Amino acid sequence: MSIADALRVATRAILANRLRSILTTLGLVIGVTSVIVLIAVGQGAQVGVASKIRGLGTDLIFVQPGQSNDRTTGARGQSVSLTRSDSDAIVAAAIPGVAGVAPQISFNAQLIAGSNNSRGSVIGTTPDYITVRSALVAQGEFVTDTDVDRRALNMVLGSALAESLFPNGEAIGQQVRLAIGGPLGFNFRVVGVMAARGGATDQDSQAFVPVTTMQSRLPFTRNSTGEIAVNQISIQMTSKADQKAVKAEITNLLVARHAVAAPDFTVQSQNDLLGAASEVSATLSILLGSVAGISLLVGGIGVMNIMLVSVTERTREIGIRRAVGAQSRDIVLQFVTEALTLSIGGGLLGMALGVGIALGLNGRQVAGQAMTTLIQPWSIIVAFAVAAGVGLASGSYPAFRATAIDPIVALRNE
Amino acid sequence: MIELQEVAKTYVTGAGPVHALRGADLKITRGEFVAIMGQSGSGKTTMMNILGLLDRPTGGRYLLEGSDVSDLDADERARLRGREFGFVFQAYNLVPRLSAIEQVELPLVYQGAKDRRERAAAALERVGLSVEFHRRGPTQLSGGQQQRVAIARSIVVEPRVILADEPTGALDTATSAEVMALFRDLVQRHGITVIIVTHEAEIAALTDRIVRMVDGRIVGDVETRLLARGQQEASA
Ligand SMILES: Nc1ncnc2c1ncn2[C@@H]1O[C@H](COP(=O)(O)OP(=O)(O)OP(=O)(O)O)[C@@H](O)[C@H]1O
Ligand SMILES: [Mg+2]
Repeated sequence: MSIADALRVATRAILANRLRSILTTLGLVIGVTSVIVLIAVGQGAQVGVASKIRGLGTDLIFVQPGQSNDRTTGARGQSVSLTRSDSDAIVAAAIPGVAGVAPQISFNAQLIAGSNNSRGSVIGTTPDYITVRSALVAQGEFVTDTDVDRRALNMVLGSALAESLFPNGEAIGQQVRLAIGGPLGFNFRVVGVMAARGGATDQDSQAFVPVTTMQSRLPFTRNSTGEIAVNQISIQMTSKADQKAVKAEITNLLVARHAVAAPDFTVQSQNDLLGAASEVSATLSILLGSVAGISLLVGGIGVMNIMLVSVTERTREIGIRRAVGAQSRDIVLQFVTEALTLSIGGGLLGMALGVGIALGLNGRQVAGQAMTTLIQPWSIIVAFAVAAGVGLASGSYPAFRATAIDPIVALRNE
Repeated sequence: MIELQEVAKTYVTGAGPVHALRGADLKITRGEFVAIMGQSGSGKTTMMNILGLLDRPTGGRYLLEGSDVSDLDADERARLRGREFGFVFQAYNLVPRLSAIEQVELPLVYQGAKDRRERAAAALERVGLSVEFHRRGPTQLSGGQQQRVAIARSIVVEPRVILADEPTGALDTATSAEVMALFRDLVQRHGITVIIVTHEAEIAALTDRIVRMVDGRIVGDVETRLLARGQQEASA
């Protein structure tokens, strides 16, 4: 029997039991679909996180406070182990390779301008921020040294915030009210609007104010000794800086300043974050991949089950085919072809569905975030190959069983 | 060309061995038209299965064209069977869902033959099934038509031997006569050997030779025309 003949017999058998065939391949369809979609989502997330981290700037080091257990001063989850003066000390130490230092305090708040209001992340920082984060001001100016000295009630809006607070007009010079719960609130004057950064980040919904303004106006940003507790110090390195050495020097400096045995803060370079993120997403990918793999396996069991039923049902047919000259390999070919046709059909359907769903999800808003999916060609190939392999494996045993059927017994079976 | 020497077939069952054949000797030459008769359970089907290489004897020898085929393996038997033998069964044994012409093509498929359609159409024509029935499936054909398809399937490979186990068992008298005429035609015009199993004396009388079986042995072997003459003499 030729392959073409086998294919003809297989398609006919499959079409004769349409519903059963569809239900049989459903497991494989779902398996292939989920492999492609989950890997596209995982990869999209990984690339999204990586571009978020890269979008922060280049050659950065982030110093963050360790978790504080001091509940009286560590209100609102603020930590106290890192302060504005730590940031000044890093500047003063003039560590080779350090090009800029920007402390930052941030919290989420409601921003109100006239009848418009929007939630945003308010960041208290210094003029260095703009170089450290390689941000660009579109209109007006960023927080200046004078603003910092004078604790000015000036604010620079991210592009998206400016858009939503002042949808039809000039933002510069306007008042924005910063509401921090209850009756507490301050009016800031908008002095600048940042250029849009786009991407999958939310940097466009940030608002910047002088770090000192925060210290004086928002008591919860100070710790028990009256210092400004900062959430993060971002440090810009020169492109040729020895990142390890810079990290080590900063760590030593702060350990000495805090007079602690072990660091009560973390120092991470951008590369460390990228590494950690890709490790997380690799673990995630393996996890998602296993789930998808299991569904492929279950799909294969479904195919094998139906093939066994099919062989039993067609005992007599097998007997007839044997009587008119079919050899074992003809019988094997017939049933393996049928299983393969089923699973390859399921694989193709799964491929189409998976690619379709992955494309459909791309750019869709999910939980307030634009979702990125990145279809991996290898995932399509692997999922498809596994589906076909599963089909082959699950068709082989039933086919072998079919060859063991004795034509005499098969023909007697009325 | 076909020779059974002391062929035995013993089935091993849970309830002990069943001796279906106990040393059957039989010689059939090319172009014979033979009927095998005997009571139910006498071993007719068992012998037909062995003759058609569907089964193998547990004792004795089976010579086909002088060579011993008792010990061929399943695939060798399948190959030889597909080439040399055509089968017709009481229950027609057509493959569900295949059209008449596809049924007839089936043995050619396994031979990897060319011109399958043409040869199948020719075979169907030879058994007198007109073109309008060629595309119909088994469920759309009468019993007689199905048996014609089965016969067409058995002759399409131009076998040397046709083995028909109770081919008229499910047919009415008129249709049975047509089927027997068809076999007669194959014997006379194409030199094919036809061996049938039947319970009906009238059917057996349409062949040239009657082999009687009792309890796994061959107990009688006569030429039909001698038998007929004997009956005439007896009645005279
Ligand atoms: N696969 C088998 N296993 C065990 N015993 C069997 C098997 N096939 C046939 N037999 C036995 O062998 C004996 C001969 O059977 P066979 O089918 O050859 O009879 P038959 O002459 O064709 O009968 P019938 O006229 O009823 O078709 C019977 O006793 C039967 O029960
Ligand atoms: Mg019988």
